[in-house]
Amino acid sequence: MADTAGRNTRPLALHVPEPRFRPGDAVSFDDLDLPAAGAVGRPPVDAAPAALRDYPYTLIRVLDPEGRAVGAWDPRLAPDRLVRMLRGMMLTRAYDDRMFRAQRQGKTSFYMKCTGEEAVAVAAAHALHRDDMCFPSYRQQGLLIARDWPLVDMMCQIYSNAGDRMKGRQLPVMYSSKEAGFFSISGNLATQYPQAVGWAMASAARGDTRIAAGWVGEGSTAEGDFHAACIFAAVYRAPVILNIVNNQWAISSFSGIAGAEATTFAARANGYGVAGLRVDGNDPLAVFAATEWAAERARGNHGPTIIEHFTYRVEAHSTSDDPSAYRPADEARAFPLGDPIERLKQHLILIGAWDEARHEALRAELVEQVRAAGREAEALGTLSGTAFNHGFETIFEDVFATMPPHLKEQSEQMAEERRVAGV
Amino acid sequence: MTVMNMIQAINSALDVCMTRDEAVVVLGEDVGYFGGVFRATAGLQKKHGKTRVFDTPINECGIIGVAVGMATYGLRPVPEIQFADYIYPGMDQLISEAARLRYRSAGEWTCPITVRSPFGGGIFGGQTHSQSPEGIFTHVAGLKTVIPSNPYDAKGLLIAAIEDPDPVLFFEPKRIYNGPFDGHYDRPVQPWSKHGSSEVPDGHYTVPLGKAAVVRAGEAVTVLCYGTMVHVALGVAAETGIDAEIIDLRTLVPLDIETITASVEKTGRCVIVHEATRTGGFGAELSAQVQERCFHHLEAPIERVTGWDTPYPHSLEWAYFPGPVRLTQALHRVLKD
Repeated sequence: MADTAGRNTRPLALHVPEPRFRPGDAVSFDDLDLPAAGAVGRPPVDAAPAALRDYPYTLIRVLDPEGRAVGAWDPRLAPDRLVRMLRGMMLTRAYDDRMFRAQRQGKTSFYMKCTGEEAVAVAAAHALHRDDMCFPSYRQQGLLIARDWPLVDMMCQIYSNAGDRMKGRQLPVMYSSKEAGFFSISGNLATQYPQAVGWAMASAARGDTRIAAGWVGEGSTAEGDFHAACIFAAVYRAPVILNIVNNQWAISSFSGIAGAEATTFAARANGYGVAGLRVDGNDPLAVFAATEWAAERARGNHGPTIIEHFTYRVEAHSTSDDPSAYRPADEARAFPLGDPIERLKQHLILIGAWDEARHEALRAELVEQVRAAGREAEALGTLSGTAFNHGFETIFEDVFATMPPHLKEQSEQMAEERRVAGV
Repeated sequence: MTVMNMIQAINSALDVCMTRDEAVVVLGEDVGYFGGVFRATAGLQKKHGKTRVFDTPINECGIIGVAVGMATYGLRPVPEIQFADYIYPGMDQLISEAARLRYRSAGEWTCPITVRSPFGGGIFGGQTHSQSPEGIFTHVAGLKTVIPSNPYDAKGLLIAAIEDPDPVLFFEPKRIYNGPFDGHYDRPVQPWSKHGSSEVPDGHYTVPLGKAAVVRAGEAVTVLCYGTMVHVALGVAAETGIDAEIIDLRTLVPLDIETITASVEKTGRCVIVHEATRTGGFGAELSAQVQERCFHHLEAPIERVTGWDTPYPHSLEWAYFPGPVRLTQALHRVLKD
């Protein structure tokens, strides 16, 4: 301890941010500053970053409390497109529910739901071209679903079974699909962010027309890779959209531990001289509109955009997590931005393109679609018990393009040890 | 054929690869207009354009991370890390991403990048311009590690590395950029032009990865080395008359174990030399493998002549650097038994 006796200055105090509500506390978001839908103007896509400085401090919202689409950011999508977006979000939720249950049934080791965050991935996918390249984190399964990637293929990855194209090497939910423009997910947080920028730089350097998009959670914005990505994106005006999914929680740490007490996550864009938008992440139309704006900006060589999607992680971080240990059980219900599926449903009903009966019929159809896919995937094996779905020698494959001598030797050693042991 | 030093050979390799393959791009701190702090990329931007040779922000995580992203697009990036001592901020991208991408995606994605980085001491570089971190990377499954010791190999190995479908770390011993160095810091340095390996073909050729070179045939003892230490070992053999078989490993991963074991089975003795610190260094792996494979041929314990287990000092550099005095003593110890 420093000797402060005899000094006139007051002792310093370390500030350690603490969420306002812990388990058992009464939750209220009444003081959250939420601009009304339609309140924020839509700047031209070629606006200079200096002219966009206020956007990171507000919230772009399109759907009002009655479900009307209002304001300059209304993307004016045709009803059939809206229904497809709704379907993608509902299918994502049905898939999550089934895979969560599969983990609890011991069919796999691990799962992560994206409940409440379906719009962030599904609506964004609708605003991108099919051949734009996505560098997701582990909670954007909606991108694959919105791009009509087969559920069976995703489930085979979850089960590490014979149909798993990754040969059972990756933890469940770490999907990869080159064909769907969905980059291989890594467990290391934020590493995909500079990679997304690099992909976009390559596209620009080669005179391509495709753009890239990356996703991180608000917790991962604290990683050094976040800074690396932002500075490279800014310097080279890379055609990239850098999404921050602010779902308020990084496992047990509230967003204040990632810096949210001092500023917004979108506002970091200002420091880099990059366009920054902050969006109601539970408003599918707002997510679509902001992504569409950023994509047009990137395609016009006007540079990158950082988008903060303000949302809430409704479920546990993963199947290994129990959120009741660190936050109130009813906090998700109290979150004032509601549920993205319910909000789009309400809008569709309001414009006369949807009704409760059709909604319920679609929900039942999607549950059945997931169930059928589940049966198909499980027929190729699950991770239960001691099932080995891939040949032992596959451990040594794909470390390098061609297997070097030391790996051949180790492969033979393993085979011999197993033979001697009689297993 | 042109007489080249190591830097010119590396520059030539980059130029050849960029001319042959549009996908090859060079990025790093000061590599563009200026041509690199060691001149290894001089003239490349002017010839191949700014979108293929460009300066980056001072951010090694970004340099490697962006290179990985460019590789997934389909390019063949050759990022430069100005000194190997500064590669650490990019390690997560190298270890967690570049090295594992092919494996974790079962070949759906690959990462054909070549990370060039000057390394090694002997230049009064102090703590952060002298390190030899190769042992950190040889421990990582999925990375190849290559270290040339002369202009001919530097060009051929670098072209092979750039054309390799997997991520390669290419460590350039900066002490011998301009001329071979035998460890006699008190004598004038000879330029590469007086050395046979400075005759470098102007066009395309490769030196295969994973193949060592016997740079001096001998019967008494096998010396395993790479980089600058190849020249220290050659100098010691010439001075002492010890009939050492000196093997320049050239590639640490994948290792040419056949050349090594054939030599040790012949000589029965083995000395391993590297600049890097001893504990957990690549010499430990070499020693273990020689012991496992050549146990019944060994007539003396395997010796390791390495940097001490300390950070690299500035003023006491020549007490730290594993020079001819220390290597000679080790050879005599091994030959005494």
